[in-house]
Amino acid sequence: MYRILEREDLTPTIHLLKIEAPRVARKAQAGQFVILHHGEEGERIPLTIADWDRAEGTVTVVFMEVGTSTRKFAQFKAGDVVDDFVGPLGKPTEIENYGTVVCVAGGFAIATIVPIARAMKAAGNRVISIMGFRTKDLVFWEDRLGQFSDELIVTTDDGSYGRKGLVTEPLTELLKTRDIGRVIAIGPTIMMKFSALTSKPFGVKTIVSLNPIMVDGTGMCGACRVEVGGETKLACVDGPDFDAHLVDWDLLISRQRAYLDQEKTSDERRQHHCSGGGHCG
Amino acid sequence: MAKKELNLNRVSMPKQDPQERARNFGEVSLGYSKAQAIAEADRCLQCLKPTCKDGCPVNVDIPEFIKALREDDMPEAVRALKAKNSLPAVCGRVCPQEQQCEKLCVLARKGAPVAIGRLERYVADWDLATEGTPEPQAATAVRGRKRIAVVGAGPAGLTCASDLAKMGYGVTMFEALHTAGGVLKYGIPEFRLPKNIVQAEVDYVKSLGVELVLDNVVGRTELVDELFEEGFDAVFLSPGAGAPMFLNIPGENLNNVYSANEFLTRVNLMKAYLFPQYDTPVKVGRRVAVFGGGNVAMDSSRCALRLGAEEVYIVYRRSEAELPAREEERENAKEEGVIFKLLTNPKRLLDDGQGNVRAVECYEMELGEPDESGRRRPIVKPGTEFEIEIDTAIIALGTRPNPVIPSTTPGLELTRQGTIATDVATGRTSREGIWCGGDMATGAATVIDAMGAGRRAATDIDRYLRQK
Ligand SMILES: Cc1cc2nc3c(=O)[nH]c(=O)nc-3n(C[C@H](O)[C@H](O)[C@H](O)COP(=O)(O)OP(=O)(O)OC[C@H]3O[C@@H](n4cnc5c(N)ncnc54)[C@H](O)[C@@H]3O)c2cc1C
Ligand SMILES: Cc1cc2nc3c(=O)[nH]c(=O)nc-3n(C[C@H](O)[C@H](O)[C@H](O)COP(=O)(O)OP(=O)(O)OC[C@H]3O[C@@H](n4cnc5c(N)ncnc54)[C@H](O)[C@@H]3O)c2cc1C
Ligand code: SF4
Ligand code: FES
Repeated sequence: MYRILEREDLTPTIHLLKIEAPRVARKAQAGQFVILHHGEEGERIPLTIADWDRAEGTVTVVFMEVGTSTRKFAQFKAGDVVDDFVGPLGKPTEIENYGTVVCVAGGFAIATIVPIARAMKAAGNRVISIMGFRTKDLVFWEDRLGQFSDELIVTTDDGSYGRKGLVTEPLTELLKTRDIGRVIAIGPTIMMKFSALTSKPFGVKTIVSLNPIMVDGTGMCGACRVEVGGETKLACVDGPDFDAHLVDWDLLISRQRAYLDQEKTSDERRQHHCSGGGHCG
Repeated sequence: MAKKELNLNRVSMPKQDPQERARNFGEVSLGYSKAQAIAEADRCLQCLKPTCKDGCPVNVDIPEFIKALREDDMPEAVRALKAKNSLPAVCGRVCPQEQQCEKLCVLARKGAPVAIGRLERYVADWDLATEGTPEPQAATAVRGRKRIAVVGAGPAGLTCASDLAKMGYGVTMFEALHTAGGVLKYGIPEFRLPKNIVQAEVDYVKSLGVELVLDNVVGRTELVDELFEEGFDAVFLSPGAGAPMFLNIPGENLNNVYSANEFLTRVNLMKAYLFPQYDTPVKVGRRVAVFGGGNVAMDSSRCALRLGAEEVYIVYRRSEAELPAREEERENAKEEGVIFKLLTNPKRLLDDGQGNVRAVECYEMELGEPDESGRRRPIVKPGTEFEIEIDTAIIALGTRPNPVIPSTTPGLELTRQGTIATDVATGRTSREGIWCGGDMATGAATVIDAMGAGRRAATDIDRYLRQK
């Protein structure tokens, strides 16, 4: 049983939960993730560790509502308990002094890149962050990421805030004009794929955090298979960070869609139940 | 004693009808009635030198418990059985008796051996039904407040923890998953081993005072060395051999290609067979191929049938005689309609153009000279490729040790297979204070072997801590 101490809505569909989990907090490092599970009927879902406080014994996750499980977790309030909270899982992000590091993030991943930017900064890097959103209303944590960034660029697809366009445009400019030691890109798979394609011609090593479907998160099931450099890897134990230029993106995208029909069924069933005026959970 | 007339036929086990059971997850074998159990028990000759006992890895007093059962002294039967086996309701259902006790029963030379496993199950179920589990022997004396950490709550860990708790030690069991039981929960399906039976065993171990810490991946949440820093005096490692093996053939990462671990975990642990009431999905189309010939393959194929598949193939590279699965499960699978493609090996998995598996291309095989394992080596017959159309593939080749613990515990010696090097008699590893048992020490084996290892380690840990 893991108590929720705080809940915050960063956007209408992106939520933050701060959870009491001292054993996880004690070990957490940037780039690692946890698995959440709640209720006899619940699924195990992975979420990246967005922050932790060892003294307080808490771990923070930020997630976007996309389907049944994330909508269920979106119902939780401060004071509620989550049955299972396992971690920290996966390898931490490699942190070294690379000179100048560009941190690219989109959507919910703004939250998960913060501890990486913080660690990169602490390691002596010059940190340039690029955060991408669809539109102005979805912008969050500009200040928080700004705190650990020497330069911060915000883009929106519709130009309602910051620069109009995709994150890959400022990324291209930076790669052309500056001496960049490393790129970290985290967000929707398609954004990571295009960030990888952008940096590849420049030969700048780019790290992405892959998010295939997982079950146990400990190397037991093999659900999270990805191909990197022609080899099959388990994202939960060999990753989730990988060299973006070696990832087989089409395979990842295809595998993420393996349960599309079931996810729809499950989501519709749930929404139907909820609109029925009954108890949702 | 007058010479007893030999009865060479065992009382058959009542089972659900094959057609019907192939579509539900209810238990297949229904268990003996009292009359049937007594009739079967009556076949036992009560040999003066009972060879059956030698076949049992934990030396259960087989003639003793059968005698008590026959005389309708059930409490005594339970006592005799549980003296050596702490999980009899599980073992009665899943032990490969035909390779162990029943193989050595004298009746096996002339006809069917005594159905020891079925009798074991009968006694254990009687015990569970009458809540006859003896009051947990509350720890008599706390042995100097020594504490032991058990890592992994499968049969090896549960046995070691309960033995140590009974001796009076403080035991904490750390488990990575959100529930205890190991393969008994996530691997072996409900229709073969109902989960409430496994949970009853786990609850019993907890009732002895063992503390169970779930959601704790040792090597991640906590390192083995940190357990010592936290004040544990000994550590027993029983994390099983949980990492799946793949075929390493083209097409293996297509959608709807599962490791048996993933498929069975989705179905058994996450109850995907109740989707969408339960949130975890699993995909089984009309035609399913399962690669492998062990218990894991049988369980996967039979789950696939129950999830609605119309044709399920077991694809195995050797012949019927080499199939490693328990005989009973092989028979059950056949009765339920699983199709055995023997002497067949996959070459590659083919794509439907959308990233899903469409077919498997196979070779025919033949058997050559015996290999190191003593079994005849399967050889590819060139030019025999053929396709089987499938919607789902399940790879049930076995498992390897998960490196999470070895790679985070300095000084633990490993074998070439990646298992932790362990002294069989005591469970000791290369590091003082650390014991290991079960599949992590032996590679994928059996429930009873894991329990035996848990028990031997508990005995040795006690010996060690008394001297310390
Ligand atoms: C290492 C890792 C870290 C992640 N970190 C975050 C995070 O910090 N914040 C966040 O919002 N999301 C994160 N995700 C994605 C998150 O796990 C999925 O959005 C969530 O599981 C979707 O579940 P659902 O039932 O709500 O949606 P569904 O309707 O079931 O699925 C929506 C999509 O999510 C993906 N998905 C579904 N089930 C799983 C699963 N069990 N494991 C992984 N992906 C799945 C699928 O690609 C699917 O198409 C992470 C994923 C991984 C692997
Ligand atoms: C599908 C299937 C069918 C089988 N059928 C039979 C059968 O019919 N008869 C038979 O005798 N045997 C059968 N077996 C084999 C038998 O189940 C195993 O040999 C036995 O369970 C091994 O016991 P164990 O205690 O070593 O490990 P496991 O049962 O694997 O338990 C290990 C436990 O440790 C946990 N763990 C792993 N890593 C960590 C970690 N780092 N930290 C904390 N916890 C951890 C795991 O989650 C698990 O709960 C079958 C196996 C499978 C997979
Ligand atoms: S060997 Fe067979 S007949 Fe003899 S005691 Fe054992 S079970 Fe009974
Ligand atoms: S999630 Fe099961 S092996 Fe990675």
